[in-house]
Amino acid sequence: MELDPFVLSRIQFAANITFHILFPTITVGLGWFLLFFRVRYTQSGNGYWENAYNFWVKVYALTFALGVVSGITMSFQFGTNWPGFMERAGNIAGPLLGYEVLTAFFLEASFLGIMLFGKQRVSNRVHLLATFLVAFGTSLSAFWILALNSWMHTPAGYVIREGQFFAESWSAIIFNPSFPYRFTHMMLASLLTSAFLLAGISAWRIIQGVDGPATKMVLKTSIFTAAIIIPLQILAGDLHGLNTLKHQPAKVAAMEAVWDTEKGAGFTLFGLPDEEARETRFAVKIPYAASLILTHELDGEVKGLNDFDAHPPVAPVFWSFRVMTGVGTLMLLVSWWAAWQLFRQGTLSKYALQAVSLMTFSGWVASVAGWYVTEIGRQPWIVQGLVSTADVVAQHPTATLSGTLFGYVGLYVALMIAYMKALRIMAVKPAKTLEQDSNPVGTPLMGAPT
Amino acid sequence: MSEALPLFFISAMGLSLLLYVILDGFDLGVGLLLPFGSAAEKDVMIASIGPFWDANETWIVMGVGVLLIAFPQAHGIILTALYIPVTIMLVGLILRGAAFDFRVKSADHRQPMWNKLFTLGSLMASMAQGWMLGAYITGLTGDAMSVAFSALIALTLPALYVMLGGAWLLIKTEGELFDKATRWCRLALPPMTVALLLVSIATPLVSQDIADRWFKLPDAIGLLPIPMSCGLAILGMAWMLRRPNVLRAGYGWFIFVALIVICLMAAIGLAYSIYPDIVIGRLTLWEAAAATESLQFIFWGTVVTLPVILAYTLYVHRVFAGKATLLSYD
Ligand code: HDD
Ligand code: HEM
Ligand code: HEM
Repeated sequence: MELDPFVLSRIQFAANITFHILFPTITVGLGWFLLFFRVRYTQSGNGYWENAYNFWVKVYALTFALGVVSGITMSFQFGTNWPGFMERAGNIAGPLLGYEVLTAFFLEASFLGIMLFGKQRVSNRVHLLATFLVAFGTSLSAFWILALNSWMHTPAGYVIREGQFFAESWSAIIFNPSFPYRFTHMMLASLLTSAFLLAGISAWRIIQGVDGPATKMVLKTSIFTAAIIIPLQILAGDLHGLNTLKHQPAKVAAMEAVWDTEKGAGFTLFGLPDEEARETRFAVKIPYAASLILTHELDGEVKGLNDFDAHPPVAPVFWSFRVMTGVGTLMLLVSWWAAWQLFRQGTLSKYALQAVSLMTFSGWVASVAGWYVTEIGRQPWIVQGLVSTADVVAQHPTATLSGTLFGYVGLYVALMIAYMKALRIMAVKPAKTLEQDSNPVGTPLMGAPT
Repeated sequence: MSEALPLFFISAMGLSLLLYVILDGFDLGVGLLLPFGSAAEKDVMIASIGPFWDANETWIVMGVGVLLIAFPQAHGIILTALYIPVTIMLVGLILRGAAFDFRVKSADHRQPMWNKLFTLGSLMASMAQGWMLGAYITGLTGDAMSVAFSALIALTLPALYVMLGGAWLLIKTEGELFDKATRWCRLALPPMTVALLLVSIATPLVSQDIADRWFKLPDAIGLLPIPMSCGLAILGMAWMLRRPNVLRAGYGWFIFVALIVICLMAAIGLAYSIYPDIVIGRLTLWEAAAATESLQFIFWGTVVTLPVILAYTLYVHRVFAGKATLLSYD
């Protein structure tokens, strides 16, 4: 692969969006957890819930800040690197991004100030409302951006005149065929990612011996949430895959590395897809499983890569898919195991604590892998079947692009290190504030105690 | 309807960018002034912008967003031409936003480093924005004249931001820091004035087209209020800044208002200079506009949400009204 402007632009876009999505996957889910902590405190007056909120809101603030600054880069990238995309699809993409700014970005960014620093300045009710609006705003932002992204995979509701897209039906554009699946799968992914973050850091605190009642409450909440959501996520993923088979069969063929169209196709657990030889070497297969999963029939027909005019690069899609589903399986095992222990004995064994803390960032791994399946699986198209990615790239000199790419990646690596270090410091330092019983059996602020 | 829509959106874009310059301008200005405060003052300075900077920054997202929504053709041309300054600005904004949180959440001995990065990020963003404005006014040609002009504005804009930052501190702080802020404003005023003058002289020199519009009668008379109100605002500030007692008596906000007047006048002047082009000399508003049905779809959304956004922005400012107190999550 030569490093021409096209490849460099793709790598740069991929690097930027990968860095960006790490933070939303946490903030979208964590916001709802924070709201839950606040509501529990308000209902029960138990100060440990408030402590849990006060601790995790700092993590939230840091994550949110990184999400915002990396997101600003995204909104400029379309113009700086993919001007052709906006020239052709601007009539569709523009309003969707516009609604995201108008309805979501301002909402979350404005009320974040009150949520973070305003507790002493507004009533409890208003503070709860602000927390809700921030959580709601981040989810709404996911709604709009995923509507656009899904439209790029399964375009609908448009007409093309002289190479340009024109909107015909906004409801068809927003609720395009893959949108409900992608939105559900992504929302669940965010909840899982933040649940494992909460659980992992809480487990780590217990291992370090800096825990107390609040840590245990957070651990329980997050483990039970994860245990409930992960089967739903697997189900949603399966349905998503069937939807993809209908609309982007080449992507599914790449996910499964099926080269020739066959009936009763086996599912390749592992193997090395080789695009030049057009075969998967060292494949370990489960007979009939691919047909069964995809068509829900033992001898259903699965269309192979060789029968498509254009198909995505196979190996990255194939591997990313295995990383995502592999992590998903681990999540199922670990969260159910831990939930079982909590259910039976109220605490986790040493091994379970270690397993949970090792899973702290598992949500990141699965989510990024999932996005790679989705996005690389769409190539060579930027709008599935209609506009190819190569046609819309900006022609910047290779030197310029290498320079900016180098700068971005260096900055991201540095910020990632700083983020991890800061999380670590936060996880140990506030042991006092987190476990201090400010108002342990206090009176409820609202409603009856539970 | 379809004729008026591009006008509506260019106004929305202008308003967003104007709000951005004023609002994030004071954040960036505080960032530029940070090295001059003591350790304790630094915390207050940051606290004064803490609850706002994120929402302030969103106005630039809105500005670019409207450019993209309403004028997709121009969006591509402008942002591709400004690739390098845009990248520098983005890196600056990333550094600034990240440093804001890291300075209190990383190890204590790292705080000075994050403070420096906060200032560096603010400086990169302000200068890059100045450069972009300069390059834009000169038609994105990239010739020597345009580069010189861009460099000139890259130096001017930080001076304006420093003034805005200082003026913000006059509203939000008291005591010694207040007096320092008065001094900073006093020091920044002459360079800002000179820079503004230079830009006003240079703009018609660089662009014949702009010169024609400003110096032909009778339009020139109608335009007089613009330089006049700027002049008055500057004189007023100079007068006030020499009277710390008046400022301390609760008139600190005057400087900020005067600066808003200057920004507003500059925006009107700019709009007059380039209308109806959107990429100067290449593309008009109407040529660049998106399809009418797309504009209509977002028009109603804008009409409904923009007032709501402005309302809750005001509400947040009211919640945090008064002198800044140290930020606390509790
Ligand atoms: C599933 C969710 C999701 C996805 C796929 C994306 N984003 Fe994002 N974005 C968010 C979810 C989000 C968020 C949760 O709303 C953020 C992250 C943290 C935050 O503060 O807001 C955000 C912040 C954020 C901001 C800053 C907003 C502000 O000032 O408050 C911008 C400009 C973008 N994003 C733009 C984009 C673009 C152009 C994307 C696609 C290419 C994109 N995001 C993908
Ligand atoms: C948020 C998680 C996302 C991740 C991790 C992600 C990742 C990627 C990756 C890795 C590519 C490169 C594929 C390749 O070139 O082989 C890509 C391409 C692309 N994606 Fe995404 N993407 C995400 C979301 C989005 C969204 C929400 C949009 C638009 C609304 C989007 C628009 C694009 C575009 C325009 C390209 C084409 C440019 C390219 O090929 O690099 N992506 N993405
Ligand atoms: C284990 C069972 C899972 C299955 C069967 C599954 C299935 C899928 C499929 C088929 C896609 C590609 C959709 C497409 O673009 O056509 C996808 C994407 C994705 N997956 Fe999964 N997934 C699973 C688990 C997970 C887990 C555990 C996470 C994260 C916590 C996750 C996060 C994502 C994300 C973020 C995307 C990209 C967005 C999207 O297209 O929905 N997945 N998944």
